[in-house]
Amino acid sequence: MPSFIKNFFVALRQIFIGTRSYYLWVGFLLLLIFTGAGTYFSQQATRGLIITAMRDQVSWGFYISNFTFLVGVAAAAVLLVVPAYVYNFKPIKEIVLFGELMAITAICMCLMFVTIDMGHPERAWHILPFIGMMNFPSSLLAWDVVVLNGYLAINAFVAFYVLYKLSTGKEYSMSLILPLIILSIPWAVSIHTVTAFLYNGLAARPFWNASILAPRFLASAFCSGPALMIVLFQIIRKVSDAEIDDRAIFKIAELIAYAMGINLFLLGAEMFKEFYSGTAHTAPIEYLYFGLHGKSALVPWMWFATVLNISAFFLFLLPKTRQNFTTLNMACVFVITGIYIEKGMGLVVPGFVPDTLGEIYEYTPTNQEILIAIGVWATGALIYTLLLKFALPIYTGKLRFASEA
Amino acid sequence: MTNRRTFLKDAAVGLGAIAVPLGSADASTWESFFQRHFREMDEAEKKRVVERLEKEFAEKYKKDIKIGIEKAIPGVLFGYGLDLSRCIGCRRCVYACVEENNQSKDPQVQWISVLRFKKGEKWVDLEGSEKYYNPAQVPEADYFYMPVQCQQCENPPCVRACPTQATWKEPDGIVVVDYNWCIGCRYCMAACPYGARRFNWGEPNRKPEETNPKTHYLGNRPRFRGVVEKCTFCIQRVRNGRYPACVEVCPVGARKFGNLLDPESEIRYLIEHKRVFRLKEDLNTNPKFYYFFAYGR
Repeated sequence: MPSFIKNFFVALRQIFIGTRSYYLWVGFLLLLIFTGAGTYFSQQATRGLIITAMRDQVSWGFYISNFTFLVGVAAAAVLLVVPAYVYNFKPIKEIVLFGELMAITAICMCLMFVTIDMGHPERAWHILPFIGMMNFPSSLLAWDVVVLNGYLAINAFVAFYVLYKLSTGKEYSMSLILPLIILSIPWAVSIHTVTAFLYNGLAARPFWNASILAPRFLASAFCSGPALMIVLFQIIRKVSDAEIDDRAIFKIAELIAYAMGINLFLLGAEMFKEFYSGTAHTAPIEYLYFGLHGKSALVPWMWFATVLNISAFFLFLLPKTRQNFTTLNMACVFVITGIYIEKGMGLVVPGFVPDTLGEIYEYTPTNQEILIAIGVWATGALIYTLLLKFALPIYTGKLRFASEA
Repeated sequence: MTNRRTFLKDAAVGLGAIAVPLGSADASTWESFFQRHFREMDEAEKKRVVERLEKEFAEKYKKDIKIGIEKAIPGVLFGYGLDLSRCIGCRRCVYACVEENNQSKDPQVQWISVLRFKKGEKWVDLEGSEKYYNPAQVPEADYFYMPVQCQQCENPPCVRACPTQATWKEPDGIVVVDYNWCIGCRYCMAACPYGARRFNWGEPNRKPEETNPKTHYLGNRPRFRGVVEKCTFCIQRVRNGRYPACVEVCPVGARKFGNLLDPESEIRYLIEHKRVFRLKEDLNTNPKFYYFFAYGR
């Protein structure tokens, strides 16, 4: 065991060694992190959440929007796992590790976004079982704590176990890893389902209280997460020796097309139900796409997202455009942006507009809120960068240790 | 965008500031950090906590503030009646509530919202209601009014939502919050169909001379930044045989209050003899807050 720990630190040393552009990139991220942390500690931690634009009418905003989007990104790692292990599709199997590291990163970001949204983050232990007073199984938020941390644990274990085995040049034991990988598939579905149910279960908010919500969450997650992976794969193979097969990328692109097709269909189904029946509960979706009583802050964003999602659908669907890296990357950026709007602010804010007593409070995040959120994103980017820096030499075979006797 | 220079200055000050409380944290800070859930404490522990909190409040508000921990009276289930035909929309209840319950004045927190509806239009169309009406005089000929506050649901969605059990329903039917246990996630606010819950977005502020020293742990004791609060039917009053402040102050007698389990009570009389309704009955929250019309006009 001591040699294992020593080897870990040898591998860890990799994160301090890099090219000029690596240092620049890390420095840039640190600058954003310090800006965000500075804003958080000097303003939000001292004055309270009053520095945000959230109020009693719209009591969740930009932070929870980002959280919701990122749960989707984390869940989408499974889209790589399914074909890799279940169908034994080799090109994807080789890169599953990067998806798992993304899942770890995304969950860490989710936990950060939830923490900065809390009025009393130092009381977070109250939510734990045994030590605190976890309201399980009643509160969906308690469920979310369980599934998100469980997902983090599974992915962290699998990723680091595989890396450990690779680093000593040994085959990893499939009998140990496969059950966990199989488990991670329904678990990934569960994290996004539970997050959807968190909103879905609130009868007070007709916009969320629609049974189509969880399927829509999953469909949109399987668009944005893999699109992000496609972009990252291209960066990874450019800045390292890692070989990532084009076939893997095109396969993932094809899967995004199907997910987006389902996503658009579900959105259409939701639209039909809301606008054809035209009850009083149509107000939030009307606010979202057309504006209500002259208030229309989200309208341009939603139409922008819709156009992006529809264009991306066709770019991913046609083999010619999805196998051309220019159009493919365009489609990826479209999808990431489109879903970020749709499953972020476009999902959270209309739950509160109009509020339960009919008031319309238009929410636009403050500069401080945006700076703090950028800080969290930069922390996520840094985590992923460092994880890659740690994992890549082992993955490409550059770093090997003598196996323990 | 934030001015960069002031921003960097703020950042430096802020980073320095977090080091201070860690160094100078006294016993009280740690005691408050490790304080347990109200319902987990035995009587001796409750007494200790109350003493510590009273000391803290005395320092902050320069005034002796008593924190009561009176339990629910057996055989009592509180219910509320509101006569819409009488309400004149004067908002005296709103302000009496703020005086009684020690809500923050800056930023302003109020537990009662009075909604104004146009007569002759859609019946209780919340979306068409106006909360910020400001006429020279009330009542106005063309409008009627409906005050809304915590409906003290028998099946409260907020209690189900809370991830830490920091809010719960007491045996006398009052939904309360332990302000020392609430983590400020605001899931309960998303879950409440009546817009009854308030969050302390900033540090609550109140002048010492305006602070009501007679409080209850689960009610009107001073709150903290970053926790949720709400109407408790004036738990500090009703558990001592008094009416809630809003009932007492209403100049037209639109507000009724009593024990739902007592067949002789006024609240039982009006439920049995008037046509009552409850807000958003379709949600099955089963409120103990009854709206009715004593006479038509």
